[in-house]
Amino acid sequence: MAEMVAQGEKPEILFWVGCAGSYDERAQRITKAFAKILNHVAIKFAVLGTEESCTGDPAKRAGNEFLFQMQAMTNIQVLDGYEIKKIVTACPHCFNTIKNEYPGLGGNYEVIHHTQLIQDLINEGKLKAEGGEFKGKKITFHDPCYLGRGNDVYEAPRRALEVLDADLVEMKRCKSNGLCCGAGGAQMFKEPEKGKKDINVERMEDVLEAKAEIVATGCPFCMTMINDGVKHFEKEQEIQVLDIAEITAKVNGL
Amino acid sequence: MIAQLIFMLAFGLAVVFFTIQVKKIIRNINLGKDLHRKDQPAKRWAVMAKVALGQSKMVVRPVAGIMHIFVYVGFVIINLEVLEIIIDGIFGTHRIFSFLGGFYSFLIASFEILALLVLVGVFVFLARRLVLGLKRFSGVEMTNWPKSDAIYILIIEVLLMSAFLTMNAADYKLQLLGYGHYVLAGSFPVSQFLVNLLPADASNLVMIERSCWWFHIIGILAFLNYLPISKHFHIILAFPNTWFSNLNPKGQFNNMESVNNEVKAMLDPSFLPPPADTNSKFGAKDVKDLNWVQLMNAYTCTECGRCTSVCPANITGKLLSPRKIMMDTRDRLDEYGKGVAKQGKDFDDGKSLLDNYVSREEIWACTSCNACVEACPIAIDPLSIIMDLRRYAVMEESNVTASLNAMFSNVENNGAPWKYSPADRLNWAKEDS
Ligand code: HEM
Ligand code: SF4
Ligand code: SF4
Repeated sequence: MAEMVAQGEKPEILFWVGCAGSYDERAQRITKAFAKILNHVAIKFAVLGTEESCTGDPAKRAGNEFLFQMQAMTNIQVLDGYEIKKIVTACPHCFNTIKNEYPGLGGNYEVIHHTQLIQDLINEGKLKAEGGEFKGKKITFHDPCYLGRGNDVYEAPRRALEVLDADLVEMKRCKSNGLCCGAGGAQMFKEPEKGKKDINVERMEDVLEAKAEIVATGCPFCMTMINDGVKHFEKEQEIQVLDIAEITAKVNGL
Repeated sequence: MIAQLIFMLAFGLAVVFFTIQVKKIIRNINLGKDLHRKDQPAKRWAVMAKVALGQSKMVVRPVAGIMHIFVYVGFVIINLEVLEIIIDGIFGTHRIFSFLGGFYSFLIASFEILALLVLVGVFVFLARRLVLGLKRFSGVEMTNWPKSDAIYILIIEVLLMSAFLTMNAADYKLQLLGYGHYVLAGSFPVSQFLVNLLPADASNLVMIERSCWWFHIIGILAFLNYLPISKHFHIILAFPNTWFSNLNPKGQFNNMESVNNEVKAMLDPSFLPPPADTNSKFGAKDVKDLNWVQLMNAYTCTECGRCTSVCPANITGKLLSPRKIMMDTRDRLDEYGKGVAKQGKDFDDGKSLLDNYVSREEIWACTSCNACVEACPIAIDPLSIIMDLRRYAVMEESNVTASLNAMFSNVENNGAPWKYSPADRLNWAKEDS
C-alpha cells in the first residue's frame, strides 16, 4: 500500500489478508490463490503488508473488549490514512468485524468477502466457469459461522461451486443450520473443555456421511479444523479441503 | 344470583392476582440495564408478525411446529368463546351471542373443530415427552420442576378442552330435548358424537352442562395465574420479545461504550471521558449487570431445547447448554428480585449468576457460532449473555486460561494472535511460485 501511495496510485480495492492468511502456512496458499485471481482479472489492489494488524476479533470474542477496541481504533487510523473505501478479505472473521463492528468506532468501509467478489466476477464473465479437474467430483461446502449465520451469506460461495459441473452435495447440517467447525469464539487459541469429542470430529462425520471427496470452505480457521478432522479419520488420501479461492484459481489455470 | 356473585368474585380475584404477579415480573425485568431498542419500528412490527404471530421459526421442525399452530390458533380463537362465558357469568344469561344466528353456529362449529385440533396437538406433545422421550426435552437443566411444568400445561389443556366439548354436548342434547332455556343455538360438529355417551334425563344433563361450564372457566382463571410461574408465560412474552429482538447481523457484537471512552482517552490524551457511572462494571457478573432485553428473554424461554440441540459444544458433550443459560438467568433473577423487594436496591446475598448458577467451564466452551440464536423460535439470544459473562471474567477479574492470555499479549505486542513478528506479514508474497 505504502508503495502504491509513493507512486501516486490509488487501488480499486484493499485486500485485507488477515493474520491466518499472512502467517498460517496452509492459509498462505489461499492468500496466494486469491491474489492470483485479482491479478488475473486485472483488479488494481493493494495490501497493507506490515502495516496490517489483527482486527481484534479473537480478543473481542474472548471478552477482551479493551484490546479489541485498541486494535480497531488503530486499524481505522491506518485505513483512513490511506483513504480506503473498499475492502475484500478471505477471512469471515475479519469480514464480520470490519463490516459490522468498525462503523460504530468510526470506520466506514464497503466490505466484501472474497467469495462474494468471486461470485460477481463469475457472473460478469471475467472468470472462467468450467469444471476442469473438478467435473463430476463430489463437493460439499462447509458454511463458516461468521459468513453464514453471522452475515447471511450462503449463496455466494455456492455459486462458485455450481459452475464447476461438479456433483454438489449438502451435508445434513448446512446453511443456517450448519455446524460450527469448532474454532470460533477464540476456541482456536485454547484447549477445548472436557467433553465426549472434539467439534471438528463431529463435523467431519457430516462430511463422511455426505461422501464428499472435496470439502470447500471460505475461512482459514475452518480450513485448519476440517483438515485436522480429515487427519483424525486418516482420510488424507480420499478427502481434500480447499478454499473457494483455490478452486476458482485452479479452474482458471492460475 | 348467587352464581353470578361467585363468578364475579372468582373473576375479579383472578385478575387482581394475575396483575400482581405480572407486575413482579415487570419489576424484575426492569432491574436490568437500559438498552435502547425502539429504532426501526416498522421492521420490528414485521418481525413480530412473522416470528411470533406467523410462527415462522416454529415450522422449521414441522411436527412440533404444526401441532403448536393447532394449539396456538385454537387457544387464541377459543378465547372469543371465553368472552361469551364471562358475559354469561356476570349477567346470568345463557349463550348471549346466540342471536347472531347462522354466524353463531359457524363460530361454535369452528371452536369445536379447533378444540379437537388442540387435543390432537397436545396429545402429540405428550407423546413426544412421555412415550418417545425426545432427547431435546432432557438435559442437566431439565430437573423435576421444568419437566413437570411442561406436563402440567399439557394436562390442563386436555382438561379444559374436554370440559368445553362435554359442555357443548350436554347443551346440545338439552337443546334437542327442548329443555328450559336451552334454545336451539350453535352447531356442534364434534360434540354431537359425544351426545350418546351422556345420560338421557334432563336434570343430569343440566348438572353436567353446568359443572363443565364452571370447570372450564375456573380452569382458565386458574391457568391464567399459573402462567407467570411457568414457561407457559411465553404465550404473552413471545410478542414483546420478538418486537425487541436484535435486528443487526448476528455476527455483530455490541461495542461497549464504557470501554470506548477509556480507549479514546488512551489514544488521545486531550479526550475527556464523560464521568463514569461508578456502579457500572465491564461485563456481567450477576443479573443486574445484564440489560432488560436479556432478562425478558429469560422469562420468555419455553425451555424447548432447540438451542441446546444445535449447540456444537453441547452436542460434543461439553457442559454448556444455552437453554440452561436462559433458565439460570431466570431463576437467579427470581431470587434476586425477591431479595430486592425485601431489602431494596443494595440487596446482596453473596451469590451471583456467574459461579453460583453458570460455571466458568460453561461460558468458555462457547464457539460464538450463533446456532442457538438462529434456532430459537422466539428470538432469544443466549450468546449475548455468555459474552457478557466472559467480559466480566476477562476485564474485571483477568481470570482466563494461560493460552488465552498468551493470545491477548500476542495481539497486543505483535498485532496477531500468534507469536509472529509483524515484519513477516508479507512473507506469503515473497517465495512466489
Ligand atoms: C398464544 C397462544 C399460545 C399457546 C396456547 C401456546 C401453547 C403452547 C404449548 C401448550 C406448548 C407446550 C408444548 C410442549 O411443551 O410440549 C408450547 C410450546 C412452545 N411454544 Fe407456544 N403457545 C402460544 C404462543 C406461542 C407463540 C406466539 C410462540 C412464538 C413463536 C410460541 C412458541 C413456543 C415454543 C418455541 C414452544 C416449545 C415447543 C417445542 O417443544 O418445540 N408459542 N406452546
Ligand atoms: S453460540 Fe455458543 S452457546 Fe450458542 S450454539 Fe454456538 S457454541 Fe452453543
Ligand atoms: S432459548 Fe429459545 S430455543 Fe432455547 S430453550 Fe428457550 S425458547 Fe427454546
